[in-house]
Amino acid sequence: MVNTDEQKKMMENRHHRLGLSDNDILEMYRTMLLARKIDERMWLLNRAGKIPFVVSCQGQEGAQVGASFALDTKRDYVLPYYRDLGVVLAFGMTTKDLMLQGFAKAEDPNSGGRQMPGHFGQKKNRIVTGSSPVTTQVPHAVGIALGFKMEQKDLVSFVTLGEGSSNQGDFHEGANFASVQKLPVIFMVQNNQYAISVPLTKQVACEKISDRAIGYGMPGVTVDGNDPLEVYQAVKEAADRARRGEGPSLIETVSYRLTPHSSDDDDRSYRERGEVDAAKEKDAVLTFAHYLREHNILTEQVEKTMHDEMNQIINEATEYAEQAAYAEPASIYNYVYGE
Amino acid sequence: MAQMTMIQAITDAMRTELKNDENVLIFGEDVGQNGGVFRATEGLQKEFGEDRVFDTPLAESGIGGLSIGLALQGYRPVPEIQFFGFVYEVMDAISGQMARMRYRTGNTKTSPITVRSPFGGGVHTPELHADSLEGLMIQQPGLKVVIPSTPYEAKGLLISAIRDNDPVIFLEHMKLYRSFREEVPEEEYTVEIGKAAVKREGTDVTLVSYGAMVHSALKAADELEKDGISAEVIDLRTVMPIDYETVLKSVEKTNRVVVVQEAQRQAGVANHVAAEIQERAILHLEAPVLRVAAPDTVYAFTQAEEVWLPNYNDIIEKVNAVINF
Ligand SMILES: Cc1ncc(C[n+]2csc(CCOP(=O)(O)OP(=O)(O)O)c2C)c(N)n1
Ligand SMILES: [Mg+2]
Repeated sequence: MVNTDEQKKMMENRHHRLGLSDNDILEMYRTMLLARKIDERMWLLNRAGKIPFVVSCQGQEGAQVGASFALDTKRDYVLPYYRDLGVVLAFGMTTKDLMLQGFAKAEDPNSGGRQMPGHFGQKKNRIVTGSSPVTTQVPHAVGIALGFKMEQKDLVSFVTLGEGSSNQGDFHEGANFASVQKLPVIFMVQNNQYAISVPLTKQVACEKISDRAIGYGMPGVTVDGNDPLEVYQAVKEAADRARRGEGPSLIETVSYRLTPHSSDDDDRSYRERGEVDAAKEKDAVLTFAHYLREHNILTEQVEKTMHDEMNQIINEATEYAEQAAYAEPASIYNYVYGE
Repeated sequence: MAQMTMIQAITDAMRTELKNDENVLIFGEDVGQNGGVFRATEGLQKEFGEDRVFDTPLAESGIGGLSIGLALQGYRPVPEIQFFGFVYEVMDAISGQMARMRYRTGNTKTSPITVRSPFGGGVHTPELHADSLEGLMIQQPGLKVVIPSTPYEAKGLLISAIRDNDPVIFLEHMKLYRSFREEVPEEEYTVEIGKAAVKREGTDVTLVSYGAMVHSALKAADELEKDGISAEVIDLRTVMPIDYETVLKSVEKTNRVVVVQEAQRQAGVANHVAAEIQERAILHLEAPVLRVAAPDTVYAFTQAEEVWLPNYNDIIEKVNAVINF
């Protein structure tokens, strides 16, 4: 047997070194898998004509969950972007909440069905609502962090976006401001190689998105987005730094968008199947499961129970959301202004 | 002649002008290899090459500013804003810069730019993606704003827009993209910007409309005819500058007007039309000018869309009100 680096990485106990227990990483995996399974269900429901639109987390669960576990999900604030199913689950949104937003029902805690799916927001879990134009969440995160600083709270404002979105002015303006003010913000760019159809090479000319950090005077790192532990470590360091009052950090997680951009997109017109298939082999949901098996954390029994439980949770949530009421059309008049 | 949908007619207009004028450039997000998220630029990069039809990074203010620079260099940019709800990201380039180029430079420089963008409701896509924001654009002197309602006119108007030496905002209603086909000549032709069209002649009431609502107005006119009411339907086609000659001529004949728009009452174009009519033709009016518009809320969520969007029944109701005034 050849002992490749990959295999070493699998065999070595990396999570204990990071201070994570076996149970912690089992929980991480559980969250990743749940995000994946919810996402897959959304596609089935969309293809069956039951929900209008899907925009996927698939291929980014490792980065999303690894990052969230490095934060204080009971106190920190998160400004997610539309793929962040893994993030919002980790921050306390439930499968039922997510299904209600997929079906755009009145009870949807995100916006009561007023916004498109993927526009996450839930006050009680400090998941901060956003708008449809990409990257608008970035300066919001900076404003929230300025509030933390002024109130001397040791909280972190965690904001995510796609690599394509890092070309928007909002990214530059937010990052620069945060660094000038040494604010407790973590900017995490989930580089999935595409902005809809536009490949990375046509979006940016720098080698790494994290190189941009130099221009803002903050640390920037690029990590393997398919390795939740590596992402965990990077975000942990950034969060510690933020809480010490040392300012923001930029983290780029590199992985691949495994689905078309959304349920309205056909990716066959702009990328080769071979490329997608190759990326599937590095899928964190598979490789992390492998790691957990190597360390006897994910036993056959645990895995089976996990799948069964999850399927039941998703079935129940789907059924509930499907039956739930839509918002009354007349409610459109509510909340345009204060009453 | 070929049968074309509106989106095909739009592609055909761009193809025609890419062929006619080597200075015409098409760019935006996903317009290249992908052919646009609505397929408006399908096949154009392949046919004309990556120098003429290209993808930009995801940054609308950059797309707008780039267009201005290219225009200063003698090109004729036709940028696409993927959804018009994202125009806010590029408002300064459009309203603060390209619209004022001719004025500021004492007529020595212009902005021959056509900003194309899909908009409009009724396709179950929520707020921002479906917003009718033409009212924002018509408030900026220096901009022309065109909204076609048929494939034939879309092609002729887009060719005119691309050839125009002033900036034109060309708004494509998503619901009309594939809703019907009609005969569209394969050769080049233009439809004049700034000219409305009488889409149906009538004597009792004038319905002034534009975009997808033209079709609702025509349907209302069909229904009204059964009740013995003869409605004239005007399609503005260009909402800035507005062809008031055509509107006023009709008002002088019918003495009653209902202005129909999809935008909210506080938005859109109807307020301008109503104000102009009362200033210039009050003595011809037998009733106040009424408006059919969406309510003053954020664009409706899907379940509310059908009741929120104006429809032909709302038009009939207002027509009856002006007739029975
Ligand atoms: C300002 C703005 N322009 C365009 C869009 C349409 N749009 C939605 S997602 C997207 C691509 C985003 O790419 P990236 O930032 O890499 O994120 P990814 O979807 O790949 O995760 C585009 C162009 C938008 N939502 N907002
Ligand atoms: Mg991307």
